[in-house]
Amino acid sequence: MDMKSGSNLEKMLAAGHFAVTAELGPPKSADAKAVSKKCRYLKGIVEAANITDNQTAIVRMSSIAGGVLALKRGVEPVVQMTCRDRNRLAMQSDILGAHALGVRNLLCLSGDHQKFGNHPTAKNVFDIDSIQLIQMVKEMRDDRLFMCGEEIRNTPKAPIVEPRMFIGAAANPFADPFAFRVVRLAKKVEAGADFIQTQCIYDMDRFREWMRQVVDRGLHERTAILAGVTPLKSAGMARYMRDNVPGLSVPDSVVERIAGAKKGSDEGIAFCVEQIEELKEMEGIAGVHLMAIEWEQKVEQILEATGLLPRPKVEADEAPEEG
Amino acid sequence: MIVAERKPLDEIQQSLEGCKSVLVAGCGTCVTVCMAGGEKEVGVLASMLRMRAKMDGTELDIREATVQRQCDREYVEQLAELGEECDAILSMGCGVGVNYATEVLKTVRVIPALNTRFYGANVDEGVWSERCGGCGECIVASTEGICPIARCSKSILNGPCGGSQDGTCEVDPEIACVWQLIYDRMDSLGRLDKLEEILAPKDWSKGRDGGPGTTSREDAAAIDRGEASE
Ligand code: SF4
Repeated sequence: MDMKSGSNLEKMLAAGHFAVTAELGPPKSADAKAVSKKCRYLKGIVEAANITDNQTAIVRMSSIAGGVLALKRGVEPVVQMTCRDRNRLAMQSDILGAHALGVRNLLCLSGDHQKFGNHPTAKNVFDIDSIQLIQMVKEMRDDRLFMCGEEIRNTPKAPIVEPRMFIGAAANPFADPFAFRVVRLAKKVEAGADFIQTQCIYDMDRFREWMRQVVDRGLHERTAILAGVTPLKSAGMARYMRDNVPGLSVPDSVVERIAGAKKGSDEGIAFCVEQIEELKEMEGIAGVHLMAIEWEQKVEQILEATGLLPRPKVEADEAPEEG
Repeated sequence: MIVAERKPLDEIQQSLEGCKSVLVAGCGTCVTVCMAGGEKEVGVLASMLRMRAKMDGTELDIREATVQRQCDREYVEQLAELGEECDAILSMGCGVGVNYATEVLKTVRVIPALNTRFYGANVDEGVWSERCGGCGECIVASTEGICPIARCSKSILNGPCGGSQDGTCEVDPEIACVWQLIYDRMDSLGRLDKLEEILAPKDWSKGRDGGPGTTSREDAAAIDRGEASE
């Protein structure tokens, strides 16, 4: 079967390799060099890097612009798109533009509420939700139609040139109600999510329980699940994540482990490495999404320690047929 | 009902700048029930304004009147006589009242004294809470009577989002996550399987996004004209 988007990430997953994605937050300025600098840490050691979209509702360089800069610096982007800031018109036009500029992975998100960011008095959009966004991107790619049903062509005689994205979605096994989290994942898969990146895991017991439900439903066979991990830099960060980030579960034992260590940052990395080792063996996990927040320089060390380097190379023609 | 809150006194005073006489006009319907702009609140606001004027040594003639509804011509017209003698009407009706009084009374300025907040219910003593977004095409048959448009911070139709924790919304631990409520209700009715279905994107044109709304009823017009209805 042909590739859906032909992205590097898609090829890696199709070839059955354990995939690695990272996160690259664009700068809170127009500074292209800030993107280049982060790209130097990530180039060649991850399949793709997520370019966040005004993360935590703080204005930053646009994820598409950041993604194109990353592409030029040799890092394949997963462009994130939230439902908070755009309606269906803006989303579709941005998706056309992103494809035209070479973007092939798109992660569809609800988006953090504007209350958390630096423009809390803004009007939010939420014209469609993340699941409807997934559906829309899939219809644009597979049915070659806009959401309104029109064909994606410039004039009735012009060729159809549809945006071809490898479609990602997020899943948070740590939010409530727990019993519904796997159902919501199933809805995202049904809508067309080709890959899933999970919220960062600290509570491995709960994650394992969620994955068991995922595997029971066979969802891991319909989508590629990349488990999210974020190395802790300090006990302070661990406490902050435990107490202040909605939808995150950080067990006290993890906080204590980092707090009790001689050097919190070393322990944070050691813990992250252990988690990845465990995830590599877990049924249904297709890769890891390593979110080293403002700590991109540590990605290589972590991947090295888990034996995930060097990354395998895949070419389009090497990828096996999907069965 | 429509739920409103009185504006801060300073803001009201500022908006009355230059007025020497003001009619404080209450409304006897929703805002009376939510205790924001009924006869009693008119009295309270009027005396506060009088006191302020006295303290500031400014001349301000304050009059009071409360009509049954500020959204009906026959009642709004009752404000005409008193209002036209004043420099302005300070409306304690909801935003509809302010707009309609402006339209009906034409020559006199109408200034709002309230902030109109939402369509809500009186859920506890002195507590009103939003329950409907007035979106123009009700979808709560799919969510067992609980509205995610009005009550989810992100108006998500396929929730809950990843921020739902312990039954509360990511935006504020004081806000219930409406998708948890929907989930619990579906569960108690044995209808959880319905939540596996994806709700389609909403047609927002039925509500405010379609432009200012108008609705007309021929049967109501016929009654107004005195024709017999079937
Ligand atoms: S936590 Fe619940 S109410 Fe809040 S935005 Fe998410 S789904 Fe909506």
